[in-house]
Amino acid sequence: MKTDSVVEKVLKSGQLVVTSECGPPRGANPDKVREKAEMLRGYVDGVNVTDNQTAMVRMSSLSACIIIKQMGMDPILQMVCRDRNRLAMQSEVLGAYAHGINTMLCLSGDHIHFGDHPMATNVYDLDSVQAIQMVKKMRDEGKFQGGADIDTPPKMFIGAAANPFADPFELRVARLAKKVKAGVDFIQTQCIYNMEKFETWMKGVCERGLHKQVAILPGITPMKTVGMAKYMKNRVPGMDVPDEIVKRMGGVPKEQQAEEGMKIAVEQIQRLREVEGVAGFHIMAIEWEQKVPELVERAGLLPRPKF
Amino acid sequence: MITAERKPMEEILECINPYNRILLVGCNECVTVCAAGGRKEVGLLSTALQMAFMKEGRTLEVKEITLERQCDPEYVEELITYIDQVEAVLSMACGCGVQEIARRYATKPVFPAVNTKFMGASERQGVWSERCRGCGDCLLGLTGGICPIARCSKRLMNGPCGGSTKGKCEISPDVDCAWNLIWERLKALGLEKKYEEIMVAKDWRPSWHGGPRRIIREDMAE
Amino acid sequence: MGNFEPVIVAFCCHYCAYTAADMAGSMRLSYPSNVKIVRVPCTGKVDTKHILQAFHKGADGVYVAGCLEGDCHFKNGNIKAARRVARVKKLLSEIGIEEERVEMITMSAGMGERFAQTATDITEKIRNLGPNPVKNIRDGQKQPA
Ligand code: SF4
Ligand code: SF4
Repeated sequence: MKTDSVVEKVLKSGQLVVTSECGPPRGANPDKVREKAEMLRGYVDGVNVTDNQTAMVRMSSLSACIIIKQMGMDPILQMVCRDRNRLAMQSEVLGAYAHGINTMLCLSGDHIHFGDHPMATNVYDLDSVQAIQMVKKMRDEGKFQGGADIDTPPKMFIGAAANPFADPFELRVARLAKKVKAGVDFIQTQCIYNMEKFETWMKGVCERGLHKQVAILPGITPMKTVGMAKYMKNRVPGMDVPDEIVKRMGGVPKEQQAEEGMKIAVEQIQRLREVEGVAGFHIMAIEWEQKVPELVERAGLLPRPKF
Repeated sequence: MITAERKPMEEILECINPYNRILLVGCNECVTVCAAGGRKEVGLLSTALQMAFMKEGRTLEVKEITLERQCDPEYVEELITYIDQVEAVLSMACGCGVQEIARRYATKPVFPAVNTKFMGASERQGVWSERCRGCGDCLLGLTGGICPIARCSKRLMNGPCGGSTKGKCEISPDVDCAWNLIWERLKALGLEKKYEEIMVAKDWRPSWHGGPRRIIREDMAE
Repeated sequence: MGNFEPVIVAFCCHYCAYTAADMAGSMRLSYPSNVKIVRVPCTGKVDTKHILQAFHKGADGVYVAGCLEGDCHFKNGNIKAARRVARVKKLLSEIGIEEERVEMITMSAGMGERFAQTATDITEKIRNLGPNPVKNIRDGQKQPA
């Protein structure tokens, strides 16, 4: 074992990992974090805490992680390259580890253009691949990116994101391979709706043997309404929502759309757990966290292992 | 070339409002090519400013001059003949030219009439786009001749990110994804393997993060 | 303002508008004497600077009259001219002068009537706008109260 991360332990035990996420509030109220996290207790192995997601200012990922850690749960620290240079990133990793946070995600981050401070400067001292290299070096070599020794190195289980649907498609496996080479331990993907395309990508991943070196957790997002399906299809860059999904959501009366969305998600999990290389699921129920327990249960992912 | 765009008239007028006699200085290099501050634009701005003053019942005397290169002390020296006859200087050169005038004529106020934008190339008639950010340690040899620092919105050295869509960047369908261009070019060169190499964290010291930069050529410097 | 007689400069292309003006003359169609015609070999030769200079020197209105779209003898001089007129419009409005004072017009050599009508319309429009605010200062006159 490289770390004390629960995600790593579940993977080692050969079981499917389940993670979910919690977006910190746009304010300083810690109870908002507690409420969201509490809903997930006992249903997931780790809770991603987003880092100024969509480039909107929110409570810092680290502080929300600490709140969740204090609740006796297992937060996953998300860290984007957009807002911090390598000094700030490393000090944050040290701070997180000092608080018992041992799992994190290295991301480039949504461009500032999308958020509520489009007038701010982008940092991008590193990109996500380089951030992975840095955290790995801190853990395995006990050295800062700049080369100096770390007294008590942070033992982080390192995650990253992958979008199998972005263009150019032919590069998507190669880019994952770069992250693997950089030392990533697990991958959470973009929400999957196009099963065939995901499976094609996964085949490419397995052909290169990458699935043996990294745990892949496909992203699952239950749709609430047909409007949401359309929005994701047309508006979110790098998202692939096939017409059948939109049709299926639109094919039922409004009051039943939420249930239809849940059904689709359950079917997706059941199909994907059979795919070679799938090591678990990352469930992102955007502003619908209360549905995660039900989805985990209906998909047959309970009980979660205890360590 | 260095590209620039004229500032809004309102801002220029506010700068020169206290004066009645100004020197309007263009530059014959980059800003001429990108039609922002060459002889022609100097003439046009001069007329427009005079008209704006006349409208307010004032007169503005404008001495127009377009230097060969405003970032070169040798040419900026030519202004010596006129400098005492004016109250202020309005420069249509890039920021380098404006500063060269400020350095040479210590007691004369100088204002920029253009916004200096970027180092770029001409895409087609009337369209220029960014190409280089002067990072001081050129990577183009590794990226098939396409710069990820200047042309990837996130400056990724191991792109493309998850937002790349149909060859365009996630920030806008009008912006090419630099990493898509890099990949296409590597393919055309038969260098797909190059993509697999991780580009390690960049040393930004040779760039603007290392403080103001300077080049000294021992064989030339006096 | 009732007796205000605007000065209007018309840059007319030799191949169309200028000939149309001639035709208007031979057809004995009258048009206001306010319009001063400047013959140009092609409206593509009319620079932004010339148009602006006309205003600077006191014109109340300026128009550029070129060939119909697709008929330019030099391929696209009229299109270029239209773009320059648009640029002058922007520049004028930036310094607080009505952009309607400058227009791009197209016609063919045979349109004597159109020439006369345009000249009349534009003169009328400029008359309603009043004098070029720059000219009054230049001539040392006071704006009519
Ligand atoms: S790598 Fe650096 S020097 Fe080379 S084009 Fe890009 S910014 Fe300019
Ligand atoms: S879409 Fe392409 S250009 Fe835009 S940020 Fe991502 S990798 Fe860079």
